Amino acid sequence: MNFFTSLLNALPGAAAQGMVWGLMAIGVYITFRVLDVADLTVDGSIATGGAVCVMLVRMGWNPWAAMLCAFAAGLVAGLVTGILHGHCGIPAILAGILTQLALYSINLRILGGKANQALSVDKYPLVVSQRYVRDTNLQNPIPLLIVFIIAVIMALYWFFGTEKGCAIRATGANVHMARAQGINTRSYTILGLMLSNGLVALAGAFLAQYQGSADVGMGRGAIVIGLAAVIIGEVLFAKVFHNFALHLLAVVIGAIIYYIVLQIVLQLGLNTNDLKMLSAAIVALFLAIPYWQSKVSGARRKGGAKHA
Amino acid sequence: MLEVKGVRKTFFPGTVNEKVALAGVDLTLKDGDFVTVIGGNGAGKSTLLNVVSGTMSADSGSIVLDGQDVTRLPEHRRAKYLGRVFQDPMMGTAPGMLIEENLALAARRGTHRGLKWGITREERAEYREMLRQLELGLEDRMTTRTGLLSGGQRQALTLLMATLRRPKLLLLDEHTAALDPRTAAKVLELSDKIVAEHKLTTMMVTHNMKDAIAHGNRLIMMSNGRVVLDISGEEKKHLTVSQLLEMFNKISGSDEANDKMLLA
Repeated sequence: MNFFTSLLNALPGAAAQGMVWGLMAIGVYITFRVLDVADLTVDGSIATGGAVCVMLVRMGWNPWAAMLCAFAAGLVAGLVTGILHGHCGIPAILAGILTQLALYSINLRILGGKANQALSVDKYPLVVSQRYVRDTNLQNPIPLLIVFIIAVIMALYWFFGTEKGCAIRATGANVHMARAQGINTRSYTILGLMLSNGLVALAGAFLAQYQGSADVGMGRGAIVIGLAAVIIGEVLFAKVFHNFALHLLAVVIGAIIYYIVLQIVLQLGLNTNDLKMLSAAIVALFLAIPYWQSKVSGARRKGGAKHA
Repeated sequence: MLEVKGVRKTFFPGTVNEKVALAGVDLTLKDGDFVTVIGGNGAGKSTLLNVVSGTMSADSGSIVLDGQDVTRLPEHRRAKYLGRVFQDPMMGTAPGMLIEENLALAARRGTHRGLKWGITREERAEYREMLRQLELGLEDRMTTRTGLLSGGQRQALTLLMATLRRPKLLLLDEHTAALDPRTAAKVLELSDKIVAEHKLTTMMVTHNMKDAIAHGNRLIMMSNGRVVLDISGEEKKHLTVSQLLEMFNKISGSDEANDKMLLA
């Protein structure tokens, strides 16, 4: 019984955290699924977003304005990776790693040379805070997060339906076709990377407020959590959700499920230190499954009739 | 319409793998010319098309399209003037996007892409009518992902996309080579129809001598990176496969006729 009551107690926190990471995972979805690029910049840009937001709020800024600046900082991080990849010929993964590494130093500078800066909800009018996650009033972060995420999904649904958005999708789907149709695939890859990292940094700004601090290491392994959310969402909803907006929603639900499962295994007595290993193993497994499936069905198809 | 002057292209220059793909190609296409291009493996046919389309850059020489020098123009800028269908049916369409979305992308080739909606209601009606004319039943599958189409359906769709905005030059790079004979014949017939309908200037690379003779008003043969034979008009009309084969063997200095070219 004790197990269930403590799990029930932990559920709202897990849900809220899952939503914040769901926003981040939407950013990962844009690069990983739409652009077909694995962008590791996000480990750095999520911390950049958190750091920018915390420092500006501490300086007395309105938290929404601070979050807008965090978003802009993420756009710049994506731009740097995009330039390294598109204009310097560096493979996308390596370009992301380089930016991520550079961002570690930059994030330390933003945080005033400290590894950690606190942002107490007592002193500042924060948008979301962990403290109220079990309250039943408007200070509870969950309703706000739900509204915000729906707004982001709607905005992205609109954007990826426009001519520009379609060009990004074509770039990710087939570069040869995109170029043959006059699409500057380099520019649109950069645009996609910017948008993705902007969203990730925005999630970082939410996360820093939610947990009441920004930490230079808060993004470590973020890409894996983002990928886990994307994959869980796909595995569970691929058969039901066919629309782009619903795909994004599936990603957010994937992140929430990820955090709830995490809570359960923690309650079951898993050592916190082993969490990252567990996450990595889960993501590796789910990335491998489609590959194995394709090998099996490919071997089966070889004997069959060819499509006309 | 197209003027290719002294174009050279060498792969891996200065290494043991050095390969001269184009050894100074000169070629002029008149408005409305439909040229078929034949030649053995490594003769430079595909490289020529790639240099014209901008997929590869020429080492030297110039490419002028309708009076504009496009030699240094990047691929996506040149796309404004070109329609292209590739050998690989996977290359011409975006598999994860719908048939109508692929068409809408093609309809915006060479235009500024802004924040307007990517496809309009009027467009959908137009596309439906165009697809109906293909007679492949695609007009009822406009919201199907192109990844689910067969190779022949994809090539037909790519052909439609390549000509949706009338190109100054249509480049067909062995676009039926990956299809079974019946489907290949159908796609070729469709190509002929579209080219004739819009009076498109066209270059079609093929491995099949019979197709090269049966289509277009002009035939060129390439060998070792050069245009070695240029036949048009009445002479081309009366050409036979055996005559062409003989010329091919004489020019290439051997009788190792390419198996693929005999496929008729």
